[in-house]
Amino acid sequence: MLAVNFLLLAAVLFSIGVYGVIARRNAVMVLMSIELILNAVSLNLVAFSLMTGTADGQVFALYVIAIAAAEVGVGLAMVLMIYRNRRTIALDELSEMKG
Amino acid sequence: MLAAEALELSSGWFLENAWLTGLIPVIGFAIILFFGKKLPMKGAEVGLASMAGSLVIAVGAGVQWMQRTNSADKQGEEAVGLIQAFGRTLPSAAEGETKAFIAPVTTTWVWWQNSGLEFGIGSAVDGLAILILALVAFIALLVMVFSVDYVRDDRRYTHFFAAITLFAGGMLIMVMAENMVQLILGWEIMGLTSFMLIGHWWEEEANSRAALKAFFTVRVGDVGLLVGTAIIFFGANQWAVDNLDSNGFNIAAIQAWALSGEANTQFLLWGAVALFIAAIGKSGQFPLHTWLPDAMAGPTPVSSLLHSSTMVVAGVFLVARIYPVFWEGFNIGTGGLSFIAIIGAITIVIAALLAFVQDDIKKVLAYSTVSQLGYMMLGLGTGAWLPAVFHIFTHAFFKCALFLCAGSVSHSGSHHSFDMKKDMGGLRKKMPVTFAAWCVSTLALTGVFPFAGFWSKDEIIDNVGANGYTFLMWVALGGAALTAMYMTRATYLTFFGEPRGAAAGLGHDDAHGEEHEMELISVGAPEPRSLGAAANAHADDGHGDGHDGPGGHAEHAGPHESGKLILVPIVILAFFAIFAGFANPTPLASRFGEGVELLKKYVEPRATAVVTEEFLGSGPGEMVVLVDGVAYAPAASGLGVPAAESGEEGAKKSGCGFDAPEAGTVCFFPGVSHAEPTFAKILLSLVVVAIGYALAIGFCVLFYGRRDPRLVGLTERNKALRGGFLFLKNKYYLDHLYENVIVRAVAHPIAKTAYWINQRVIDATVDNVGVGTRKAGVWVYDNIDQKLVDGAVNGSGWAASEAGHAMQPTQSGRISQYGALLFGAATVFAIVLVILNVS
Repeated sequence: MLAVNFLLLAAVLFSIGVYGVIARRNAVMVLMSIELILNAVSLNLVAFSLMTGTADGQVFALYVIAIAAAEVGVGLAMVLMIYRNRRTIALDELSEMKG
Repeated sequence: MLAAEALELSSGWFLENAWLTGLIPVIGFAIILFFGKKLPMKGAEVGLASMAGSLVIAVGAGVQWMQRTNSADKQGEEAVGLIQAFGRTLPSAAEGETKAFIAPVTTTWVWWQNSGLEFGIGSAVDGLAILILALVAFIALLVMVFSVDYVRDDRRYTHFFAAITLFAGGMLIMVMAENMVQLILGWEIMGLTSFMLIGHWWEEEANSRAALKAFFTVRVGDVGLLVGTAIIFFGANQWAVDNLDSNGFNIAAIQAWALSGEANTQFLLWGAVALFIAAIGKSGQFPLHTWLPDAMAGPTPVSSLLHSSTMVVAGVFLVARIYPVFWEGFNIGTGGLSFIAIIGAITIVIAALLAFVQDDIKKVLAYSTVSQLGYMMLGLGTGAWLPAVFHIFTHAFFKCALFLCAGSVSHSGSHHSFDMKKDMGGLRKKMPVTFAAWCVSTLALTGVFPFAGFWSKDEIIDNVGANGYTFLMWVALGGAALTAMYMTRATYLTFFGEPRGAAAGLGHDDAHGEEHEMELISVGAPEPRSLGAAANAHADDGHGDGHDGPGGHAEHAGPHESGKLILVPIVILAFFAIFAGFANPTPLASRFGEGVELLKKYVEPRATAVVTEEFLGSGPGEMVVLVDGVAYAPAASGLGVPAAESGEEGAKKSGCGFDAPEAGTVCFFPGVSHAEPTFAKILLSLVVVAIGYALAIGFCVLFYGRRDPRLVGLTERNKALRGGFLFLKNKYYLDHLYENVIVRAVAHPIAKTAYWINQRVIDATVDNVGVGTRKAGVWVYDNIDQKLVDGAVNGSGWAASEAGHAMQPTQSGRISQYGALLFGAATVFAIVLVILNVS
């Protein structure tokens, strides 16, 4: 019962994160949404760890948190550089990769 | 195999490696051709060295062959004792008549296999082969020494030596042949190189025509060789495979097949006829002798070599080599009047008569050669095998010497002319050595005791008579008288009487213009007389340098003796012309014992049946097969004891060549008979020759010397004589027959038809095929290439391009869209996974 609630919460968080990634124009908001998705996954891992009674999932979650910190650092640095060059961080205007 | 049955014959390195005699000149030829011009002697030294090498091996093989023969005789007696120990019946030792057959020493390599047939190349040497091998190498060596001086400064000096080396090599290859294919190979090499040599000075049209004539005439006979070989192959092959583990090309197998008594007589007869046609062409027998005199267009050394030991002897050798085929095919053994004997007899007489009307000294000798070859053929055709082979041997020496003398005369005496009436006469004092050698050789040729020709020619005549051909014997005797007469005429015109033309110094002191004028006139004539004026005109001044003799004559200071390089070979040959006859002096055998008859002992194959198992498939079959074993004749019923060995006239003829050999045995040579020489018969032939000499000398002195009015102009006054003279002068009109009738009537329509077929049928076919192919190509280009292949290629490109354009909108560059796609796809996959896992 308890685990299911964890999973539901994680699913809601994941969905909010996905919505944020798709709908937000601000790069910082997109990064934050990605954080939400990552945390949802971490929550899932912890929940599975609880369900199976092993520590594997929790160890995984710790790794994910560590790597997420590094990812946010890189992501914010890129956003900062984009802002310095273009004076905006609106993702709509970053369309050089159009084929 | 019982040890007692097989004799251990001695062999030796030279016997087993006799194939080197043929290989060395071929290699020499290649070396001369590629490097000759850079060598100090321009290639001549390679030719000389290769011939010397061949001669050494041939002589070594000859010595070892004698040892082999002796070893057989010695061990034969021991073997008799051994076989008796095994309780077999035997020829009693007292008879002592059955002598072991001496198997040839065979070394072969298989160079081609085809459907069970194996073709070998190598050497199969027996007494006959070794005799001719040594003879060819010896004569060729001397002729080359002669040529070093004679052809000096020639434009194609190197090529001359290359060709003459290969020429001798061709003869050697043919002589040592173990199968008919190799024999044809050597035969054709000779045909080709003789063409090259006769046409050596091809700038003059007459010379190139003579070369072509020689080539084509011999070619006519060569057809016979190919057809005959094929006939014999189809006749003999099955028998050879069954009995000897050999094939129908193997010469030993052919010999055994012919004598086996199981041979189909039709195959034998037509095979013999076809092969003899080949011999007619090559050996210049009537009616294909016409090429031989024209072959005088070549340089004198070529004529000399061609007429003594190679080329023309090839035909005689072919008959001697596979003698059993002719023996059985023409029934020589039973006294049948054979094709060979008739042709030989006709040739003797007609060629000798033609020699009377020739003004060219070399042509006299050429017709003399034809006539002497007639003697050899007559001998072979009447069962006188050994005398015929002996005559090859002796004839080579004195005929070669005569030709070289003629060359010497033209070289130093008559300023390159060969015309006896115009440019010779009275040369005996100016050229004493040449004159002496000429006289000795002439005496040998005419068969005067004790010169070489006497022993061999007399033997032929004697045996022809003894074998029952009395008429042919008289023809041969008449021929001997004619020989004496025409040689007297040639000798008188050349060496006696008043010097004429160049021999008198004319044309030497004068400007060369006169000489050349004369040559220009003769260019159009059918017989080339001058010594390649066109090719050698530039070298005229150089000629005669360096060998003008010790007296130090000025250039062209009239006739003089030739240099050492020319005289030494002539003197050596003259020496052999005197003494070669003592190789087989049959008349002396009654006094000194049979030991003096060397050729009879070592060269004539013994007519002894051989146990089949002993014939170790000496044909191709293994890489190197050396036949060492020889069988002792199984003695039952006197088999293998030829009647001839008993030496009795009219003895009952049995044994090899008369009876079929017993089962399990084969014969390789028929038991030919040998005539007993009697004093009366020898005297008869000597008297005939003496009469010939007396008549001819008298005529010459009267006609050429004193210009007796009763004789001069006789042919103009007497109609019958005039007709005969013209008939001879025109060479029996045979050339007209060939060129104007046969060639025109047969060849021209054929050529025209062939041309028509060529134009209308073959060319049309080719053209149509071409046009059709082009049309097909165009259609294929338009339809297949352009539409199908290119369409496929272009279509795939077009499809890829369109697909790319269709997908382009997805690459918008907007991150939100990418994210939506990513998550959408992930969602879809997740749903699919869930559905799959649940259900």
